Amino acid sequence: MSEEVIITKTIDARGSYCPGPLMELVKAIKRGQVGDVYELLSSDSGSAKDVPEWVNKMGHELIYCKPEGDFWRIAVRKTK
Amino acid sequence: MIKRVLIVGGGVAGTMVANRLAKSMPKEVYDGKLEIMLLTDSVQHIYQPGFLFIAFNEGFLEQFQKDQRELLHPKINLIIDRAKIIDVKKGRVVTEKHSFNYDFLVIATGSYPDMNSVPGLAEAGHTFYTPEGAVKLRDAMLNFKGGTLLLTIDVPHKCPVAPLEFIFMADDFYRQLGIREKVKLKYTYPIGRVHSMEAIASWAVREFEKRGIEYEVYFNLEKVDPAKKLAYTMDGSEHPFDLLVSVPAHRGAQVVKDSGLGDEDGFIPTDRYTLKMEGQDNVYVVGDATNLPVSKAGSTAHYEADVVVKNIICELKGIPPSHRYDGKAFCFVETGLKEATYITFNYKQPPQLVPSSEMLHWFKISYNEIYWLAARGIL
Repeated sequence: MSEEVIITKTIDARGSYCPGPLMELVKAIKRGQVGDVYELLSSDSGSAKDVPEWVNKMGHELIYCKPEGDFWRIAVRKTK
Repeated sequence: MIKRVLIVGGGVAGTMVANRLAKSMPKEVYDGKLEIMLLTDSVQHIYQPGFLFIAFNEGFLEQFQKDQRELLHPKINLIIDRAKIIDVKKGRVVTEKHSFNYDFLVIATGSYPDMNSVPGLAEAGHTFYTPEGAVKLRDAMLNFKGGTLLLTIDVPHKCPVAPLEFIFMADDFYRQLGIREKVKLKYTYPIGRVHSMEAIASWAVREFEKRGIEYEVYFNLEKVDPAKKLAYTMDGSEHPFDLLVSVPAHRGAQVVKDSGLGDEDGFIPTDRYTLKMEGQDNVYVVGDATNLPVSKAGSTAHYEADVVVKNIICELKGIPPSHRYDGKAFCFVETGLKEATYITFNYKQPPQLVPSSEMLHWFKISYNEIYWLAARGIL
């Protein structure tokens, strides 16, 4: 049974190279509360690798990471 | 009937918008049909990239600042006062003693480095992102006789290549002073590589290894103990330092927060193409004040100012505003005290790095002077 994910905030980082989508996500997670879910939209295919790696390293939770048209939709829950 | 364009903020973005608009509509300005008002709380205009040079004793603050009035077109109405509330519903900006109505508003209130964003950082750390910080850091760097210089970086921050410039210049600086072998330079970055742009990161790592600069990735600063000289990161580890230099998280202006216009960091939701504030048809946002996922940098402000000015002119003439910002940025990157490179990119085109050269360094040094033409709306 799938649980419905409530998105706290969607970050549209499509077209961002500098500082880049992952840096936009890092910013949001640092400012957020434990339990918040951030959905990142990224047109950089590197995000599909970079974001899960960062999330894993920092101990947060990757909810999904999926392609949609010409961009990626990635959701992360802040766990600590 | 007189139309008033009110610009709040006298930094790169606000000053360029004001001057370019005045130069583009001379007849309306001299006939009194268009009033351009610039509201800023500082009589001085500072060229912020100069701070990096001040930190390395390569320049002084007076070289990088000019009187704001001296920079402006003579018909621009300069008001030196602090905006307290921007009331977009009533179409006015309120200061301590005055209230100014507008037909079009341009918010160019910038951002500031928040050294209080991490506990202990303000007490223990230095920054080269403010004039007083750059001077204080210069003195600390000149008195530093050896040990670990730790550079930490938080988000969001202005000029994303400046931390790399800092560490390369520090390498040259201590070689020049003859004590490089006594100084451990340690660069850190919050994600899994040393810069968000992959091409820059690959190049920088090669340079780090060549120059003996240590680096650590996934470094997310959470607190600093000034007494023990330890930095603590999100993953629970601790990092000793003798000299801590930080690029702290930046925040939007207080007036944006007080007016309820910004997100949690005080940046204003802005359309990435039209540069209009979301939900407001006669309010534009330029420079660091936007929440756009682009570099907070002078070049970004410059290219955005072009678009905003053209669209305001269209609207003043009753033509639909058709100009769009494409995310363009151009950044020089100092790769030492005597060489530099540059990158340029937009929403669709990723950056390509060109080889460093002494000529590009001199171009950058020249731009430190050419900037004043850009601020005046000439270049």
